[in-house]
Amino acid sequence: MIRTEEMLLNVGPQHPSTHGVFRLVVKMDGERIIEATPVVGYLHRGTEKIAEDLLYTQIIPYTDRMDYLSAMTNNYVYCHAVETLMGLEVPEKAEFLRVISMELNRIASHLVWWGTNLLDLGAFTPFLYAFREREMILNFLNELSGSRLNYSYMRIGGVKWDAPPGWIEKVQDFIPYMRKQLAGYHDFVTGNEIFLNRVQGIGKYTAEDAFNFSLSGANLRCTGASYDVRKDDPYSIYNRFEFKIPVGENGDAFDRYMVRMKEIEESINIIEQACEQFPKEGSILGKVPKVIKPPAGETFVRIESPRGEIGCYIKSEGKTKPYRVKFRRPSFHNLQILPKLLVGESMSNLVAILGGIDIVLGEVDG
Amino acid sequence: MMNEIMTSQPSWLNVLKFTGLGVALILVVILFVTYAILAERKVMAFMQMRPGPNRIGGKLGILQTLADVLKLLLKENITPKSADKLLFLVAPVIAFAPAFMVMAVIPFSENVTFANLNVGVLYYVGISGLSIIGIVAAGWASNNKYSLLGGMRAAAQMISYEIPLVLSLLGVILLTGSMNLNDIIKAQDNVWYIFTQPIAFVIFFIAAIAELNRGPFDLVEAESELVGGFSTEYTGFRWAIFMLAEYFYLFAMSSLITVLFLGGWQPVMFLGFIPGSVWFALKFLFVVFLFLWIRFTFPRIRADQLMELGWKVLLPLALANVFITAIIKEIFFR
Repeated sequence: MIRTEEMLLNVGPQHPSTHGVFRLVVKMDGERIIEATPVVGYLHRGTEKIAEDLLYTQIIPYTDRMDYLSAMTNNYVYCHAVETLMGLEVPEKAEFLRVISMELNRIASHLVWWGTNLLDLGAFTPFLYAFREREMILNFLNELSGSRLNYSYMRIGGVKWDAPPGWIEKVQDFIPYMRKQLAGYHDFVTGNEIFLNRVQGIGKYTAEDAFNFSLSGANLRCTGASYDVRKDDPYSIYNRFEFKIPVGENGDAFDRYMVRMKEIEESINIIEQACEQFPKEGSILGKVPKVIKPPAGETFVRIESPRGEIGCYIKSEGKTKPYRVKFRRPSFHNLQILPKLLVGESMSNLVAILGGIDIVLGEVDG
Repeated sequence: MMNEIMTSQPSWLNVLKFTGLGVALILVVILFVTYAILAERKVMAFMQMRPGPNRIGGKLGILQTLADVLKLLLKENITPKSADKLLFLVAPVIAFAPAFMVMAVIPFSENVTFANLNVGVLYYVGISGLSIIGIVAAGWASNNKYSLLGGMRAAAQMISYEIPLVLSLLGVILLTGSMNLNDIIKAQDNVWYIFTQPIAFVIFFIAAIAELNRGPFDLVEAESELVGGFSTEYTGFRWAIFMLAEYFYLFAMSSLITVLFLGGWQPVMFLGFIPGSVWFALKFLFVVFLFLWIRFTFPRIRADQLMELGWKVLLPLALANVFITAIIKEIFFR
């Protein structure tokens, strides 16, 4: 009598495809997964607890380290929360700089996802193509903020630096280049038979599942549900720009791929419009008191990060330090559906599904 | 050349000659491996728009592989505590030995063949299949779950590609009427088999990539899924032996494709004044380049999809090819 034995396999925390220190305890029958249990927390630094002991401005650098692939959106959600709490007016020019930098960062983040997801699928070359374009974006953000990854560019009430001379023009020159490269990406990868076989119909779920598991971002939109905070609850100056919300149909890994690729396109459109309308004059920092002391009360704001809906809750007691700061971290919420998706899949699909969710461990563990 | 030694009276001189020739061949192949690795990295770098190795040995990185090998020699040789010690030790050897053995039958030019066997094709296919035992043994002996999965995949993969590989060869064998690789080359002096047996060529090439465990069929290693597959627990020179075996097979398989489908040392028309070995080298390098090109262009295929491809697509196609070839031969070349 032939019998099989279940095998307990530890995927991570030092596995090449877990994108950081994520651990999955997988129960397997041969190559088929019976049960998967995610273990998170290896990168937990207690950002929210630390924040309770910091001045409001000192918290900004900590937000960089959460979702380190799109620090700009994290900066923004925190600054936006404090501004809402204090009722601060942000100058127009600062808003433009914020939008341009956030959208550039979104493209950079999606490029990293594109490259690493294909790396998981075994294609090495796209990774380097993606990083070539990302490098250009990082150079732009470096010129703007003086830093390549952890920008801490935004301040409560505005931004730290004005755009250096000629920067807007350089970004405008980058737009047609990026469009051309994006078309190249599609030629190179999207139509590939092996790639399609690897992602089509993999990790499928319905819009209802997605809402039940509180997914957001591309992970939600791939099911056909059109929900994007930039459109549904506009913040900053997003209501001035024309852009579409790309949605998928089937909710599989391929739709998640297509949604993200189209999002890059839409981000390019937003940057193009923002660069055209960019005000020449104006200040970059609003009238902000020397000591930031929001009135007692609480607020919750949410914006659309590359990974989904990122929210920031602040409770203030009228002191120079917040009483409580809480972030709704989209990667953490998006990860919840993983155990459900993995049952019955093979080891190869595990990698494809996990890569398709697009997690950043700094954000998952907080 | 070799046949004379084989058939002559045994003597110490013959032993010396025999050993010398064997050493010469292994040196040639090792030289190839050294520069195939460099070429692979350079071609990869070219396709990925980066310089590639350019520090050791000038801009071209001529000594890069040498440095890598030295590094591997200096590495600590770790045997996991719970590993099957003997099997762990022997597995790289089992994987490596057939890789060199298969080279004996390949005719590198008009008069350089180490063993002119009448069943050359069968010998190659049979011996090269042995390497899988080494890989499965390595996966089992390491006592690591990732290695075990890699080993299991190797076995499953081998069954699904080896059959279409052999069947696609039948077309060529039917047309030639011989399994001797020299005869197969001689039969191609007018037209290469890549033109008369295009389907067989495509099937053989795909199956060959799978046999070589190279991308997009590198499931056995699959570093993004199985960390390192069967070689996860191997370090230092034992790991290098596995890699050496892999590149030896690259050499052997490219040679075999050159012989079977590209006319071996047969020159392209009007250019007969260039020696056969040069022609062989040119065609051979082209095939090697094809392998590299494919590796850097495609994502990895999934294990079950490979089996589906092997059994449901390649096998029926190969059978149909044998059938059609047989009919055509029966009607037109009687």
